Amino acid sequence: MAILIDENTKVVVQGLSGRIGQFHAQEMIEYGTWIVAGVTPGKGGTTVLNRPVFNTVREAVEATGAEASLLFVPPPFAADAMMEAADAGIKTAVCVTDGIPAQDMMRVKRFLRRYPRDRKMRLIGPNCAGIISPGKGFMGIMPPAIYMPGRVGIVGRSGTLGYEAASQMKALGIGISSSIGIGGDPVNGSSFKDILELFENDPETDAIMMIGEIGGPQEAEAAAYVRDHMTKPVAAYIAGLAAPKGRQMGHAGAIISAFGESAQEKVEILSSAGIMVAPHPSDMGATMARVLGTKAAA
Amino acid sequence: MDIHEHQAKEILKGFGVPVPRGGLAYSPEQAAYRARELGGAAWVVKAQIHSGGRGEAGGVKVCKSEAEVAEFARGLLGKQLVTKQTDANGKGVYRLWVEEASDIAQELYLGFVLDRKSERIMIVASGHGGMEIEDLAEADPDSLVRMVIDPAVGLAMYQARELGFRLGLEGKQVDQFSTFLRACYRAYRDLDAMMVEINPLVITGAGDLVALDAKMSFDTNALYKHPSVAALRDPSQEDPREATAFDNGLAYVGLDGDIGCIINGAGLAMASMDMIQLAGGAPANFLDIGGGASPDRVCQAFRTVLSDQNVSVILVNIFAGINRCDWIAKGVVQAYKEVGIQIPVVVRLSGTNVEEGQKIIRDSGLPIISADTLEEAAHKAVAARPQSAAA
Repeated sequence: MAILIDENTKVVVQGLSGRIGQFHAQEMIEYGTWIVAGVTPGKGGTTVLNRPVFNTVREAVEATGAEASLLFVPPPFAADAMMEAADAGIKTAVCVTDGIPAQDMMRVKRFLRRYPRDRKMRLIGPNCAGIISPGKGFMGIMPPAIYMPGRVGIVGRSGTLGYEAASQMKALGIGISSSIGIGGDPVNGSSFKDILELFENDPETDAIMMIGEIGGPQEAEAAAYVRDHMTKPVAAYIAGLAAPKGRQMGHAGAIISAFGESAQEKVEILSSAGIMVAPHPSDMGATMARVLGTKAAA
Repeated sequence: MDIHEHQAKEILKGFGVPVPRGGLAYSPEQAAYRARELGGAAWVVKAQIHSGGRGEAGGVKVCKSEAEVAEFARGLLGKQLVTKQTDANGKGVYRLWVEEASDIAQELYLGFVLDRKSERIMIVASGHGGMEIEDLAEADPDSLVRMVIDPAVGLAMYQARELGFRLGLEGKQVDQFSTFLRACYRAYRDLDAMMVEINPLVITGAGDLVALDAKMSFDTNALYKHPSVAALRDPSQEDPREATAFDNGLAYVGLDGDIGCIINGAGLAMASMDMIQLAGGAPANFLDIGGGASPDRVCQAFRTVLSDQNVSVILVNIFAGINRCDWIAKGVVQAYKEVGIQIPVVVRLSGTNVEEGQKIIRDSGLPIISADTLEEAAHKAVAARPQSAAA
C-alpha cells in the first residue's frame, strides 16, 4: 500500500486558488491523485479545477472526508495554515513552501504535540518537493514520470537530488514504492527516522534509499534507528563532502555547526550502523542495486 | 543576518539588558569626542565588524587618554581587520564603538541558539567567559550548562534561577541574572533571532551584571516581520558577489576552486560539487538558481559565476521539476550572446522538457559540451579546463 499516499487518499489543497497551487493540482489530478477540494480563506463557494473551494480546512474535511492536505501557502501564513490543518483532523500534511521562519516552525511542532498520538497530524516538509507513490498519486511539485512503480522507498531532504536518485534507479530497472521529501529546513515536520519507521512497517517496501546532507542531527538519529530496529536494508548518500565548515549551502539547515554534522562524519556514522553509503551522487542507483543484490543472495 | 556589536547592545538594552555606556564613531575626532562625552579616565575602543576574535586581531584597545583614543582610531578606521573567523581579506572597519571601561571581577559566557535536536531555543552558559565557545567546549566541556526552553511557556523563573545557581552566583546576583536572562530570551523570541551571545557577561567589582560584548544574528526568513532589524544590514561586511547574487534571487557561496557551478536545488548543487571534487577538480562556487528559473535568471547566474576571476570552466547541471529544460537552454544561449562567454561550458539537462532543451543547445551552433549524467558532466568539466589551470 506504499506510505502516506495512494489512490484512495482524499487530498485537499490549501492555496488551490493561487497560480502555483492550481498549476500543480492540475498535474496531480492528471496523474490520478484524488483531489477532493481546495481551501482559500475568502474564496469559499467558488470552484477551481471542478473542485469546491472552502474558507476553512474544517469545512473541507467535514464536506469531503479529506485526510491529507497539500499546502501552497506563502511563508507569512504557512505556519498558521499547518496548525489549521492539524486542528481540522487532517492526518498527513505536506508543506512545499520555502522560507518559513524557524521559530514559526518551532511553534508548529509544539502545537502538534497537543494532540494524542492517534489524532496527531503527520507533517512533511516544509521546503520540500512533496511525496509520491508512483502509479497511485502524489502531493507536491516533482515530475512524476521519473518515478517507476516498485518496491524501494526514498527519503531525502533535497528535491532535485531525490529526482536524481529515482531516475538513476529507473535506468537500472529499480522501481519506487514511495518517495518522501522531508525538506531542507532546520526545523521540519518529519525526520529521517520518522519516515524510515513507516517504510520498515510497509509490506510493499523492500529497501530504502536515504539522501542526507551536511548539518543537523537527523542522519545520526536515523543511523541509530537503522542499527537497532530495522530489518530492511538501507542505502544512503550524504551531500556536501566539498562544503566548507560554517558556510550555509542554500538550505537553511545545510550548515556544519557542530561535531558530527560534516558529510565525512555522517558517512562514518551511517557506515558503522551497517548502511551502504554511495561514494558519489551518480552512484546512488548502483548502490541500491548492490544492496538488493546482496539481499537476494542472502 | 549578522549585525554589529553596538546594534546588538542597543537592541538588548531596549529589552532591559544592562550594557556599558558608549558611543559610535566614524572618525578619530568623533572617537575622541565620544570619550570626552562619556567622561572617566579609561575607555575601550572596539572595531565594529561582523566577526569575533577582534581582540586578538588588534581591533580592541583600552585607552587612557583622548589622544590615545584618537590615535588608535586613526590606525584602525578604513583598515581590513583579519581575525581567525574571517578569510584572508578580513572585514573592513568603518565604525568604532567607544565605551566606558568596566571594572571586571568575573567573566561568564551566555548564549542562546536554536537547538536542532530538541527543535527549541537552548541556553548555553558557562562560568568561564571571554573564550570562544568552540574553545570553551574543548578546554572545559563540563563547565557548559545547557537548558532547553518550552516555546509554549517561555523561560520559566525557576529555570533562570537554577541556571544562576549552577554558574555559582549568589544572593542578589541570582535575581539580577534571572532578569538578564529573561530579557535576552524575549529579544531572541520577539525578533526571530537565530543567535544571541553575551561573551563575556561580566560581574563588576560592585557585583553588578553587565553585557560587555554582544552578538546577535537573525533569521533571514523572518526579516519581513521586523523592518527595523532588516534595516541594520551592513553591505560593507558582506562578500559583494554573494550580496549581489542574493539580491537577484540566487543562493551563491564563493569557494576556492576554478569550476563554476550553476545548479538547481541546494542538495543537487552540493552533490555536483562533491562529484567535481571526486573527478579531480575543485568547485569555484555553490549556486542554486532555484525553481521556475527564467532565461534571464540563468543569464544572471552566468554573470555571477563569471565575476570570479578564477573560473576556467562552467558546469550547468539541471534536474528540472518545476524548472523547464527549454528555459534553461534558452538562458544558456542568451548568456553566450549577452555575457560573452570565453571559457568552456558543460551542460547536463534532465527532467521536464529535456528534449526541447537539448534541441535548443544542439541547434545553437555554440561550442557547448553536453553530458547525460552528473558523473559524465563532472568529468567533462574537469577535462575541459585549460592546461594551465589543470597543472
